[in-house]
Amino acid sequence: MMWSLYLCAPFLKRYNNMSNRYETVFILTPVLSEDQTKEAVKKYTDYLKKQGASVTHQENWGLKKLAYPIQKKSTGFYHLIEFEAAAEVISPLETELIRDERIMRFLTVRMDKHHVAFAEGRRNKSKKTANA
Amino acid sequence: MADDIRYLTPIQIETKKEKYCWFKKAGIKYVDYKDGDFLLRFVNEQGKLLPRRITGTSVKYQRKVSQAVKRARHLALMPYVTDMLK
Repeated sequence: MMWSLYLCAPFLKRYNNMSNRYETVFILTPVLSEDQTKEAVKKYTDYLKKQGASVTHQENWGLKKLAYPIQKKSTGFYHLIEFEAAAEVISPLETELIRDERIMRFLTVRMDKHHVAFAEGRRNKSKKTANA
Repeated sequence: MADDIRYLTPIQIETKKEKYCWFKKAGIKYVDYKDGDFLLRFVNEQGKLLPRRITGTSVKYQRKVSQAVKRARHLALMPYVTDMLK
């Protein structure tokens, strides 16, 4: 009995603090107007908030050239959303993203501790340069 | 005396340049997939990953680099196939 509990301990610990940090980057089609892109981004941030996730950071990279054409388009609006959520939120979010025709490509990544440190460092750096 | 040859200028002996892991030296712990320009240095002209034998990256970071390059390709920040990339 003691042994089994001992072996389970790491897993139990993992399931106790369920929320993870995630980062989603998606590419919107360039045919959208500015308002439409804002609306699309808002849809997903609202969706995340509704699911009990907290959005920690958002970034808009603007219209960027793609390295290769996707759906016969050579540019796209890049957007990044960083959030903290339970693992169960991710797969419904991804089905939403797949079904959305405005989104050409997306990638969701779970952030490990180094990634979190890097992201926060980068944000502070950009803040400093913006203030100076 | 045959073995008593003397050169006017010292012979140039090629010394191998010591390779090192770029990440270990700089103390970087995370390889960012969003920075395509940075990842360009671990890739050849056709956009293929360069081996460790050439770049000198340590195993730990080579794994992270390859993961990052693959993610960057998916997001169209880097090409899957090209020519004359650099």
